[in-house]
Amino acid sequence: MRVIKWRLSPALVYARRRFYPRAETRVRTVAVLGRAIVTSLIVGVLLTHASGSACAQEGGAHNIDVGYLSQAEKREAPFPYLDAPPADEGLAGARLAIADNNTTGKFTGQSFVLKEFIAPEGGDPAEALHQAAAAGIRFLVTDLPASKILALDASPEAAGMTIFNAGAPDDALRAGECRANLLHTIPSRAMLADALVQYLVTKRWTNILLAVGTTEGDRLYADAIERSAHKFQAHIIERKPWTFEAGARRTDTGHFAIEAEVARFTQGIDYDVLVVADEGDEFGDYLPYHTFEPRPIAGTSGLVPTAWARPFQQWGATQLQNRFLKLANRWMTARDFAAWAAVRAVGEAATRTNSTDPDVMVKFMRSDKFDLAVYKGAKSSFRSWDGQLRQPVLLADERDLVSVSPQPGFLHQFNELDTLGIDQPETKCRFK
Amino acid sequence: MRILIGLTAAFVCVFSAISESRAGETVLVSNEKGNTITVLDANSLEVTKTIPVGQRPRGIVLSKDMSELYICASDDDQIDVLDLNTYQLKPPLPSGADPETFALHPDGKHLYISNENDSLVSIVDIAQRQVVAEIPVGVEPEGMGISPDGKWIVNTSETTSMAHVIDNDTRQVVANILVDSRPRHAEWTSDGAQFWVSAEVGGTVSIIDAAKRQIIHKITFAIPGVPNEAIQPVGILITTDRKLGFVALGPANRVAVIDAQTYDVKQYLLVGQRVWNLAFNHDQSRVFTTNGISNDISVIDVHDLKVIKSVPVGDQPWGVVVRP
Repeated sequence: MRVIKWRLSPALVYARRRFYPRAETRVRTVAVLGRAIVTSLIVGVLLTHASGSACAQEGGAHNIDVGYLSQAEKREAPFPYLDAPPADEGLAGARLAIADNNTTGKFTGQSFVLKEFIAPEGGDPAEALHQAAAAGIRFLVTDLPASKILALDASPEAAGMTIFNAGAPDDALRAGECRANLLHTIPSRAMLADALVQYLVTKRWTNILLAVGTTEGDRLYADAIERSAHKFQAHIIERKPWTFEAGARRTDTGHFAIEAEVARFTQGIDYDVLVVADEGDEFGDYLPYHTFEPRPIAGTSGLVPTAWARPFQQWGATQLQNRFLKLANRWMTARDFAAWAAVRAVGEAATRTNSTDPDVMVKFMRSDKFDLAVYKGAKSSFRSWDGQLRQPVLLADERDLVSVSPQPGFLHQFNELDTLGIDQPETKCRFK
Repeated sequence: MRILIGLTAAFVCVFSAISESRAGETVLVSNEKGNTITVLDANSLEVTKTIPVGQRPRGIVLSKDMSELYICASDDDQIDVLDLNTYQLKPPLPSGADPETFALHPDGKHLYISNENDSLVSIVDIAQRQVVAEIPVGVEPEGMGISPDGKWIVNTSETTSMAHVIDNDTRQVVANILVDSRPRHAEWTSDGAQFWVSAEVGGTVSIIDAAKRQIIHKITFAIPGVPNEAIQPVGILITTDRKLGFVALGPANRVAVIDAQTYDVKQYLLVGQRVWNLAFNHDQSRVFTTNGISNDISVIDVHDLKVIKSVPVGDQPWGVVVRP
């Protein structure tokens, strides 16, 4: 029996679970979500009203509205998971960044308002986009699957908007399906895979056994690992589909079945590291300590490449972690971070250009003069060829920050961060 | 034999002349992760004491009479006070939440503290032992520099990327100067004409004219073989005669030596890993650096511009001062 249902942005599912400290029951999560939607609608109306009156006082000259668009998800607390995903994932990051922007805005005379447009579960995000367009939104942060982002972007109502993708890691969005008004603050799968494989190569764990789940995201993640292995001269010893039906853990003595299955899966193969492509976390947690030979696990389980991680404390990250904890009462995830980075990019562009004109801000944001401090050491900026935010990628498990890529020694002609992901000479993105 | 005695005498004379300037001087280092203060003899460079203090000690400053060391115990939300004669902790001072670093007003009576989590600068009256004012600043206030005449406070906010100038009399922010990303440290020149602000992520040092409150020059850095991303300026020192500036470059593991008149980088001195903060001894013949990853301090000879020694201290050294 298959228990796992939620599939909306499967790619980052592992990240949402990883660093969420509290378990919530399904009923509670859904209830919270329902409340959140109602509240956000009310707040949205109030905010519109409030900013309207504020505009009347100040002439509205220095106000910037940032939209946040996502879709309510049915988030069951699925059986193998210990922690349910938070209902406000992504959104909480955007809210924190608005607060950060406004602290700076006090000194520059600029104010920022977050307008939240959450499409109901099973509804059409196009309706939320319509509301955003009606509200005059020019900067829209989205946390949606790739297909829905493309559908939104195709709408005439999105024409004047700059859309930030803070949820979908799909490389296609940065390649053949790239769009001129689309920027990406969440790392692509290629970036995550490169970050991991660079580290494996540094450790000389170059013989990889790849275990691949059944979803489209799993397949794309495995493709990205294969591409990275080729790029950095590691070896995929075998790419094996994982077909064993999950669900045994709840059965009494179920662990014997798991042990036998994982041992069989890994027996007779000579490899250094087992890399898992299981974005929905359906079986990755079964693998540690069960392999035939003692081998480390990496990928979507074990050592995970991610934009943000709970154990990360360097480069002042403690401050961001603390601010986020205070605001959201939980730990920041990669999707929270991506939404935070998108809204901060808007704030930084407003500060640096001393302008609230979206055209001026976007032009600056895409230029080589723009940089964003994202608490990961190196400065972040948007790649001119595909709109991806170049950034260091963390390698962490649930309790420890293991490393940060790019690894020392992986050199680049212009910017070491561009050793992660698709570089300019190989991009297939042609902006339309 | 007579020659030998003469030589010995000469050697002793030279030796005592050299050591005189540092005789009795004490180097004090805060160890962020070790939760200790390391005490070294500035002359012999031997560690003489290691004193357990509050959690996550970062910024440290000497009291005006040099008899006490104030320590930002960041995770304890207080200022620890260390008696430098007995090396015993005295009752702590209040600080506001998460004090990272601070500065002592030239009057010796007030501490100006960056409360990193609350976007505030807190002013603590040392005698009254209480916070007497809070000034809202940008996100993650960090560097704190007070003009030599005590009239102007410069605070840098890391995420807002500004140097805020605060009027000490009215306690109002009177100017905001946008600098490069993640400004960490503000250092005044001894004549009060300029303050220098380092930007850790931006990789620059902005020289700001204190009267005009404008950036008049930006120092940039380039080190062969070191990626630009690793050049992250943090601590700054400027000699009293305004001839030389020293800038700690973080994970570039180097201290840049600046001609403080032309703003040219004269050279880069290789020190320990992730060099963070800097301190002169009192005649400015030595610079001491804290190296956060290699857990040591490096000692720079200012005359020869050479690194003469590194000395292991505690876990993650952060702040350093020298007590005459």
